[in-house]
Amino acid sequence: MIRLAPVAAIAALVGPVAFGLAGAALPAFGWLPTLGGDSLSLDPWRDLLGQPGLLRSVLVSFASGLVTTALALAVVFLFLAGAGNSRLYGWIRRAVSPLLSVPHAAAAFGIAYLIAPSGLVARWLSPWATGWERPPDLLIVHDAFGLSMMAGLVVKEIPFLLLMSLAALPQVDPVRRIAVARSLGYRPVVAWFKAVAPSLYPLIRLPVYAVIAFSSSVVDVALILGPTNPPTLAVQIIRWFNDPDLEMRFLASAGAILQLGVTLAAMAVWWLGELIVARLGRFWIARGGRSLADGMLRRAGSALMLLAIGLAALSLLTLALNSVAGLWRFPEALPDGLSFAKWMRAAPTILPVLGETLAIGGLATLVSLVLVAAALENEVRRGRPSGPVAMRILYLPLIVPQIAFLFGVVMAAELAGFRPGFMLVVAGHVVFVLPYVYLSFAEAYRRYDPRWIMLARTLGSGRNGAFWRVRLPMLLAPCLTAAAIGLAVSVGQYLPTQLLGAGRVATVTTEAVSLAAGGSRRLIGVWALVQAVLPVLGFALALGIPRLLFRNRRAMGEVAA
Amino acid sequence: MNHVLGLETIRISLGGRLLLAVDARIGPGEVFTVMGPSGAGKSTLLAAIAGFADPAFEITGRVLLDGEDISGLPAEDRHVGLLFQDALLFPHLSIGDNLAFGLSGRRDDRQARIGRALEEIGLAGFTDRDPATLSGGERSRVALMRLLLSEPRAVLLDEPFSKLDAALRQEMRALVFGRLRDAGLPAVLVTHDAADAEAAGGTVLELG
Repeated sequence: MIRLAPVAAIAALVGPVAFGLAGAALPAFGWLPTLGGDSLSLDPWRDLLGQPGLLRSVLVSFASGLVTTALALAVVFLFLAGAGNSRLYGWIRRAVSPLLSVPHAAAAFGIAYLIAPSGLVARWLSPWATGWERPPDLLIVHDAFGLSMMAGLVVKEIPFLLLMSLAALPQVDPVRRIAVARSLGYRPVVAWFKAVAPSLYPLIRLPVYAVIAFSSSVVDVALILGPTNPPTLAVQIIRWFNDPDLEMRFLASAGAILQLGVTLAAMAVWWLGELIVARLGRFWIARGGRSLADGMLRRAGSALMLLAIGLAALSLLTLALNSVAGLWRFPEALPDGLSFAKWMRAAPTILPVLGETLAIGGLATLVSLVLVAAALENEVRRGRPSGPVAMRILYLPLIVPQIAFLFGVVMAAELAGFRPGFMLVVAGHVVFVLPYVYLSFAEAYRRYDPRWIMLARTLGSGRNGAFWRVRLPMLLAPCLTAAAIGLAVSVGQYLPTQLLGAGRVATVTTEAVSLAAGGSRRLIGVWALVQAVLPVLGFALALGIPRLLFRNRRAMGEVAA
Repeated sequence: MNHVLGLETIRISLGGRLLLAVDARIGPGEVFTVMGPSGAGKSTLLAAIAGFADPAFEITGRVLLDGEDISGLPAEDRHVGLLFQDALLFPHLSIGDNLAFGLSGRRDDRQARIGRALEEIGLAGFTDRDPATLSGGERSRVALMRLLLSEPRAVLLDEPFSKLDAALRQEMRALVFGRLRDAGLPAVLVTHDAADAEAAGGTVLELG
């Protein structure tokens, strides 16, 4: 059984992507028998190219992929180069996981309410600095170039890249490398960029490409912060797909394949950029310069990181304020009074949706966790660690844009006789939850001292007994952390829920995003806050349960750490 | 109960290079000591006897326990016990549950046996204690007792005294070798420390 686990996990990741892409590619060339398309043709493409505003949609999506990734990576690297082992470094290290768990949509709503003309920032600056007595007529959110969308994405991708870098850094042994470089006369920031960055970057390359894919094809953030007319390509595809005229599915399919091309093009440009930076970097390192505006770069790194984290924190505060605001006239910094009326009124609607969200997240996480634990156990038993190929497979669903394969999955599933609905949504969530559960749990699994299992076996436990009686209890804390991450990922999914549930499966995320166009700000605040708090509760449980169970077992804290 | 461990023309090689060759018969209460630098294959020998050998190593020969070939058996069926340089008491279990882990036999007398075992090593009343609250010496004694309660037929000692301070080391050597002799258990000891070999008093195989 357990030998099948890696195969099952790989099938769970590769299958949907492969069938999904095929399910989008065939209709893109006119083949979709259920809608009368029984021969291949280029009509969908002609139709697509004739769509007004297409070029602009494509360009914004393409630019978003590159700009977001470049900015987020620059901030992370500057911060790591300059922060060293300062107190700020330790503080940010601890803040990064909870920030990462805030769903994209919640963060995007928060940022929208922060930077909008009537948002918190404008209020705090008015009228004393701006002279505004009423909200100015400016298009900040939904700007045509997608700048606020990119800003929102940068704020969310920084914690992701930072966490990935922090996980990879120990392999690079930065402390000793910096020490050597500094003893040769290099200033700290330059030492980091010359001696650490070149080895760190290859280790976080897959996450970087995942960021490019995500930010060039995101739907929920684009709906909340992105341009509207024309919207980004991904949002446009969703509009076509949801059009009551089913003929539009051919157009949407062609759009999905175009989205894949746009994302691949952004990756190709990034890849060229890597080559150029590597070439220039080698030259820069060989020249042997010891210092380069060191103090300024260090301050910039810390300041930008603080700005990003501060924006994320403020955006959550904004959501909370909005959800309980009574009367709140424009330039006033805080509402006149607090009112829980929206919460009370929304509660009966929220509770069932919350139940469905938890059911989907719980099931998807459980399935992922079982597959991951079985695959890891198999790996350890056979003494064969997974190689780079496995890592690439793991990142496959994160690197192929969701929109490019998800509605292909819907069409493939419909052909196979599966109706969109709860189970299909759960299966879809597994595709995105499993990689994160694996990345989180594998680390603890591999670090686990094999002598514990040897000991258990020589004391008479079989392989399975040793797993249940020794390994799992000792790894309970990292296991629950992986589950909390899985739940957070599931809660944050918009597109898979929307598409695979055919709009009939509601989670807190789909409900919140559906309010984006024209919903009341207070109501959105309520939903987005629920959405943001759910993952945090998951993490609190993941921390609390082992402490409670092992409260009289002091060394268990050390195993978990 | 007396047991005999036979290492019959065991040869361990890695990538075609011979690391180690052993041919030994270890009688009840005897300790067979293997000394040598790291990477000489000492740990691999223990892993091969216990049933955990890394498939990267080519291992030939047979391991006989009381005349029965155990080379093909899974680790849990070999009745070969292990003692490491760390006590490795399971951190999620109480002292009593650690001792009970390897204990076989009827339910009604388990608690009594655990209580007696703790008394024997001067830790009476420690049943419900957290292993993390014990001193290094106390933990080593519990680890030894857990091993003995699992009723092994042979014992492997992987540098079991190397992390103890000098005074404690003397005491633990006396305790471990004494108990193994009393129980009539053959043992294989892997060590860097010539004093361990001397205290063990058996045949010594020098590697490298």
